[in-house]
Amino acid sequence: MTPRFGRTELPAEAREALRRARRLEWVTIGYLAVTIVAVRLVSKPPTEKYPYGLHRSVGIGHLVAALALLSMGGFLVVDAASGLVTAEHPPIGTMTLFGVTFWAGWAMVAVMALTIPLPIVFGRKKMELAEQLHDKVLYADADMNKADWMTAAGSIVGVLGIGIGWWWADAAAALFISGSILWDGVKNLRAAITDLIDHRARTYDGEETHPVVGRLEELLRGLPWVAEAGARVRGRGARGSTRRRSSCRAGVARRR
Amino acid sequence: MLRWLRPSAVAVLVLAALAGCGITVPSDPEGTLDRVSGGMLRAGATHHEPWVVTGVGDPAGDEPALLEEFAATLDAEVEWTVGNEESLVAALERGDLDVVVGGFTDATPWADRAATTVPYTEAPGPDGSPEKHVMLVRMGENRFLVALEEFLLERGDG
Repeated sequence: MTPRFGRTELPAEAREALRRARRLEWVTIGYLAVTIVAVRLVSKPPTEKYPYGLHRSVGIGHLVAALALLSMGGFLVVDAASGLVTAEHPPIGTMTLFGVTFWAGWAMVAVMALTIPLPIVFGRKKMELAEQLHDKVLYADADMNKADWMTAAGSIVGVLGIGIGWWWADAAAALFISGSILWDGVKNLRAAITDLIDHRARTYDGEETHPVVGRLEELLRGLPWVAEAGARVRGRGARGSTRRRSSCRAGVARRR
Repeated sequence: MLRWLRPSAVAVLVLAALAGCGITVPSDPEGTLDRVSGGMLRAGATHHEPWVVTGVGDPAGDEPALLEEFAATLDAEVEWTVGNEESLVAALERGDLDVVVGGFTDATPWADRAATTVPYTEAPGPDGSPEKHVMLVRMGENRFLVALEEFLLERGDG
């Protein structure tokens, strides 16, 4: 089975790039499916069987997504590193389109360039929404979009590098980008796991403690009858109202 | 986004500067086309009638004839090495050969270890279905590969 691009047969290296892109797209699709399922489950009301509702499905979705990023990144890192170690010299020959024969590298650059703008736009929009909705799965999804267009940009640099005779350029660019995908996977996995084991509630990107914790303690300490107060707040990973997305328990010492 | 546009703009400028210094795209990491031009084309051939016929003297057949013609366009002589596929592909990998012919098709299992040219002609295979014929070139010598492909596309009927 020879992978084709339209009706034109691709040279070996272009086939390899296409296979890489296709694998990434499959992960993206699997990822979207998980997100959609998680979001549908979250909005279900609690039942007798699930008295706490299905909030945790977002946490599970986040974990699955993080693992997808992690394994994808790891796979690509190994792939790129082995290409560098064995000093693979990628061949890129000619391509004929509409009767014109030219170096196939130009076509690869053009195709990759076309795939860049959309993930950038989608990624930025999702990032904004993720912040507004406090949605970690959407945040990881936006990260995935970033991985998509960075892979394309890296491939362009790599192919142009091969063009000027640097056989290692594509593998080096791939290593750099797969390294960043792997790192995103590690970050998301850490966030997903700490969420599932009830880390103190944090902001959507997992960077800081959520401001609601401080506000809550301040509010309690401000009450005239309270001497000392502390709150423990955990994220439940769900989107929607503040009331639904975190669970809190506070202890107060009464003023005598 | 700007953060990423800037490096790519720099990359384009660097490429333009390199092009100004006489670097062509694509280039040969090992300089095959430059070495062959006006010199020697080191070709390997393995018996596979009617594409390559080996025996006494230089190999004959369609593909050796094509390579002789290609070498002539580069002002080069062909130096033939006859052997089996494995030894010729290994020589290609070591850089002892520039090109190997032997009635290879685009489905050749050597595609992992050698660069295949674009199919330059189609002929019925043993089971009657059409097979696309290619030649093998050293991996990564893309300028040489493109020169050979352009010649084959002009000469062949693929």
